[in-house]
Amino acid sequence: MSWFKRKGSNIRTETPKEMPEGIWVKVPKTGEAVHRRELEDNNWVDSASGYHFPIGSKEYFSILFDHNEYTEIAGNIKPSDPLEFEDRKKYSTRLEETQKKTGLDEAARVATGKVKNQDMVIACMDFRFIGGSMGSVVGEKLARAIDYAREHEYPLMIISQSGGARMMESVLSLMQMAKTSSKLALLNEAGVPYISLMTNPTTGGVTASYAMLGDFNIAEPEALIGFAGPRVIRQTIGRDLPEGFQTSEYLLEHGFLDFIVPRTRLKSKVAKLVQLVLNKNNSKNR
Amino acid sequence: MNYLDFEKPIVELENKIAELSQLTLADDDVLSPELEHLRKRVDELRTSIFSNLTRWQRVQLARHPDRPYTLDYIYKITEDFIELHGDRYYSDDKAIVGGIGSIDGQSVMIMGHQKGRDTKARQYRRFGMPNPDGYRKALRLMKTAEKFNLPIITLLDTPGAFPGLEAEERGQAEAIARNLREMADLKVPVVTIVIGEGASGGALGIGMGNEVYMMENTWYSVISPESCSSILWKTWDYKEQAALALKLTAQDLNELGVIDGIIEEPLGGAHRDHDKAAESVKAYIQKSLKKLLKLSPAKLRTERIEKYSKMGSFIEEQEQVVSDTNKTA
Repeated sequence: MSWFKRKGSNIRTETPKEMPEGIWVKVPKTGEAVHRRELEDNNWVDSASGYHFPIGSKEYFSILFDHNEYTEIAGNIKPSDPLEFEDRKKYSTRLEETQKKTGLDEAARVATGKVKNQDMVIACMDFRFIGGSMGSVVGEKLARAIDYAREHEYPLMIISQSGGARMMESVLSLMQMAKTSSKLALLNEAGVPYISLMTNPTTGGVTASYAMLGDFNIAEPEALIGFAGPRVIRQTIGRDLPEGFQTSEYLLEHGFLDFIVPRTRLKSKVAKLVQLVLNKNNSKNR
Repeated sequence: MNYLDFEKPIVELENKIAELSQLTLADDDVLSPELEHLRKRVDELRTSIFSNLTRWQRVQLARHPDRPYTLDYIYKITEDFIELHGDRYYSDDKAIVGGIGSIDGQSVMIMGHQKGRDTKARQYRRFGMPNPDGYRKALRLMKTAEKFNLPIITLLDTPGAFPGLEAEERGQAEAIARNLREMADLKVPVVTIVIGEGASGGALGIGMGNEVYMMENTWYSVISPESCSSILWKTWDYKEQAALALKLTAQDLNELGVIDGIIEEPLGGAHRDHDKAAESVKAYIQKSLKKLLKLSPAKLRTERIEKYSKMGSFIEEQEQVVSDTNKTA
């Protein structure tokens, strides 16, 4: 198999990396190689093993919005470096480098468009951007997504993939939990449906704010979802974690998810759920 | 008496004074002036050390084992306090305590993270790290307060929500998330005071006050300096630099406009004089409640939601305006 061009063969479920380039892609779960086109046509899910490759906002928007048509909201919100934070690297440098590498402005994008003919607002995080961490920009973009959904009475979906709040904005990142939750209180009052989709991984301050506040909390299969990271918990309790701990399946079993949906059925199931909630499930749509 | 490294010179001088004064009779011509001199020096020393504290030293003071904890404040501030227990779902978490009491004739629901004073108590209180049951208990008390139109006081002092197996199993994230949204919605005044450590979501989970104050020697951040060091520097050794970078002191947060004010502590820190520290806290609560109790239920909710909606700092292109967190007047 040496003629296959392969890169990034060390993808593990805990730390999603970018989609590897090349025509053939190795499935981390099985070690098999699959054709890239085949993967794309199957929403980046390996049909043999069911492995969900990590994807970003661009791919989720293309999966969900009809004909991949949507209007981006709050695209003009860009990060700053309010604390002039510096660890081994300056935060401002880190931002620039990440923007260059990913072609993204920040760790979330918001768009509105039609999903099976129903207007929706979809916000999607990008794990590739500093671990999908939530700072001021993610908070503001989500706040605007929530406001837009409320003002237009469009159902909202937020797709989370994040290591949690962003350290480099310290308490300002923490306050984004308060900000998004406050906005969701208003959405809740307005009776506009909110679906929270958790993908691999969803942890920390993101889980502990908007990700867990959906009218419907749903997840992709085998995603890592939790508050504290597994490593920290292992340190705390001083022993190994049970098999499947903090997976979507575990959360479903413990009552924190409404259902798990494979990405291949995401659009149809979300559209159906929204139709039912809005009581628009007439025979024409069946 | 426990003391920190940088408190050592002060403590040594104080001990010397104590020794000398035991030797001294009322009017000793030789020793009295000497004592006087030493007392002056200790005051000067304390002032100079405490007016130049580094961020890391503030973190250490916030964790001082002799610092007053939530129940110390509650018993000093309120009259007729009755502790209320349990989340009605699973258990009574010992890391968050709360109940009903009276502050100068005004009934309040007052609660906070609770740490333990000795080894046994520390374990009993899970080092002030709540399980989901703690957050659910706090929310229950808040809802009860709202029902009877009583103001809510929350005191923050936690190294974080407990990162344990059972905590995850019972939905630590869900419990905190729910609290944030429900606190945003409350129609009674909420006053929040950071009395020690304000570590991340574990602190914020009961911290969405209409007004938020920090005591002088406390910290509030998205992560502890140690954990920040371990993640960003890949070692635990850079905690002092992490504390510096995180801008986590009361002064920092006040400048960032995230809090509404700083509560001054007795010189040398709250642990040196619990009564005086409690007096300061009480005065701020009274002042804050006086203001908030004038607002209508709807206004209290709206103002709180607006306050948190403004948090953050980013660039909005087109107009090229930097929007900073606005301080609520």
